[in-house]
Amino acid sequence: MDKIARIDMGAAGGPKVTVGDLGAYAGLGGRAMTSIVISTEVHPLAHALGAENKLVIAPGMLSGTTGSMTGRLSVGCKSPLTGTIKESNAGGQAAQVLARLGYAAVILEGKPEGDDLYKIYISKDGIQVIVDNSLKLLNNYPVIEKLRGEYGDKVAYMSIGSAGERKLLAASIACTDPELRPTRHCGRGGVGAVMGAKRVKAIILDDAGMKMRPPKDPDKYRDANRAFVEGLRKHPVTGQGLPAYGTNVLTNVLNEAGGYPALNFKSGQFEGVAKICGEAQAELEIKRGGSATHGCHRGCVIQCSGIYNDKDGKYVSKQPEYETVWSHGGHCGIDDLDVIARLDYMDDNIGVDTIEMGVTIGVAMDAGLAAFGDAEAAIRLVEEVGNGTPLGRVLGCGAEITGKVFGVERVPVVKGQALSAYDPRAVQGMGVTYATGTMGADHTSGYAVATNILKIGGDIDPLKTEGQVELSRNLQIATAALDSTGMCLFVAMALMDQPETFQAMFDMLGSFHGTSMTGEDFVALGKKVLSAERDFNTRAGFTKAHDRLPRFFYTEQLAPHNIAFMVKDEELDEVFNW
Amino acid sequence: MHVTVKLFASFRAGRFDVETADYPDGTTVSDVADRLKLPQNELGIMMINNRHVKLDRMLADGDTVALFPLLGGG
Ligand code: SF4
Repeated sequence: MDKIARIDMGAAGGPKVTVGDLGAYAGLGGRAMTSIVISTEVHPLAHALGAENKLVIAPGMLSGTTGSMTGRLSVGCKSPLTGTIKESNAGGQAAQVLARLGYAAVILEGKPEGDDLYKIYISKDGIQVIVDNSLKLLNNYPVIEKLRGEYGDKVAYMSIGSAGERKLLAASIACTDPELRPTRHCGRGGVGAVMGAKRVKAIILDDAGMKMRPPKDPDKYRDANRAFVEGLRKHPVTGQGLPAYGTNVLTNVLNEAGGYPALNFKSGQFEGVAKICGEAQAELEIKRGGSATHGCHRGCVIQCSGIYNDKDGKYVSKQPEYETVWSHGGHCGIDDLDVIARLDYMDDNIGVDTIEMGVTIGVAMDAGLAAFGDAEAAIRLVEEVGNGTPLGRVLGCGAEITGKVFGVERVPVVKGQALSAYDPRAVQGMGVTYATGTMGADHTSGYAVATNILKIGGDIDPLKTEGQVELSRNLQIATAALDSTGMCLFVAMALMDQPETFQAMFDMLGSFHGTSMTGEDFVALGKKVLSAERDFNTRAGFTKAHDRLPRFFYTEQLAPHNIAFMVKDEELDEVFNW
Repeated sequence: MHVTVKLFASFRAGRFDVETADYPDGTTVSDVADRLKLPQNELGIMMINNRHVKLDRMLADGDTVALFPLLGGG
């Protein structure tokens, strides 16, 4: 990973590729790379869909190595959904392949005139940008099928569906999994719309002839990786819970804790959870010949994913994640896993964020466009998005826009991005992260649920405000660093409880680069990333008034605890005071 | 006294999803786990009536106890 490719899609005479060395970006990976490039190079007031914005695609610091869990990809830009900086993270094969090809980043710049559509082929022989108008308005599954006919099965694909081409603000970028299904998405923040604005439909990553990236100290790296894997296998969450049930095991936990936001955040519990919980999902997947244990990329030892089949054993979608089951399920009053899996497939195919899309459907239900629980209507509304009808375009631009268009007061967004499956009133620590995160409401950016609800890495009362600001701060810092390594965030579940596993990860980072990495270095990296992001947002016009939850979380009490969000504004303003 | 116990994830195997049973006065969460042969070191999340509790917490008539192994996700 010693080079950066810049592809100027708007160059006179057609797209122009320049490959250069890393310069000031040497040593960065993943979110550190995307956020520092965007913060340094993109005008903060640029239109997110304009030529001034850039789309940075970066494998993590350890991607493309023999290290396990290292295949996460970061995609960054100014977000058209939030107007803030954005890093959206996905699994799939892309990061490993891109890293082995030697690129620390591929940066899409500019914007072409006209409406030709492009695909980009990256191999050991270089980068080709090719017009391919036969892909126009195809969705992700058919795009990949078509490209496989041309480029085969030994490559990784990134693509946008029709939503990205239409520049809908919930549009995602799909990455293929090991079986070449476009199921792993950089979902959040409308990164797919930015790729669509640059008229790039697909990126084909071909690492034929390339080798694993060699560590500086191979013996130490191998030993550290071994200790790291042992630690993951030993911890009950990463060794048992996630492989057996996937993320949806959380449905029952959050519902029991009264923090499962049902019917557009009207209650903290949903009566249909028994039918859509992870226990029921895993049982059904196994019974139908799918799988409850599957890795989104090679080298994942946790394997939290799965395969969801219909009653005849035919593939429907990958195992919908907890947040997806919630957004299309409890949030919309739908308690049918078959419907939820179908919506998951539709979202992946059209190329929209499953969280934003599901939350939007719930907001539309609150507006009276459909009744809560009406599964057929939910499917119809998502079809509108795929068809690009005027209503579909409104819905495909997310919960905030939909709420405005239909006059809904209860719209669960921060900085324009939808909250996910944890009510901030019953999980106060999560509320701090939602409010203050640099990306808009994003549970992954400081997962206070771990300590509030799951009792991992400590024990903080979810219904009280004490300790929540400090918790969110520490988690946001650690997450910014972890998102830069290429490691899947779920390793944190073991790291937070097992210092020796944390150390093993530091040893991997150190021995790979021939340096040493300590806890302080890791914290410094996280702070550097967050500071760059905050700085961009400040210059883009964001103030502390934007670091707040929607008012209804302060004024409406949530059952069963009958509690509002209580963290004071002054406390929220302390999150980044380190 | 009547107590409803809900089990989740791997705790359900060979046991039940939900069961209401008679427990003697003074029963603690720890006693419930013992009666159900749930190894205490596997207990991750324990709640009574939707609130987190610790092992030594005493039960009252009509309580609902929810027991989970250590779980994660997101
Ligand atoms: S734990 Fe899950 S999300 Fe993380 S890399 Fe493995 S399969 Fe992908």
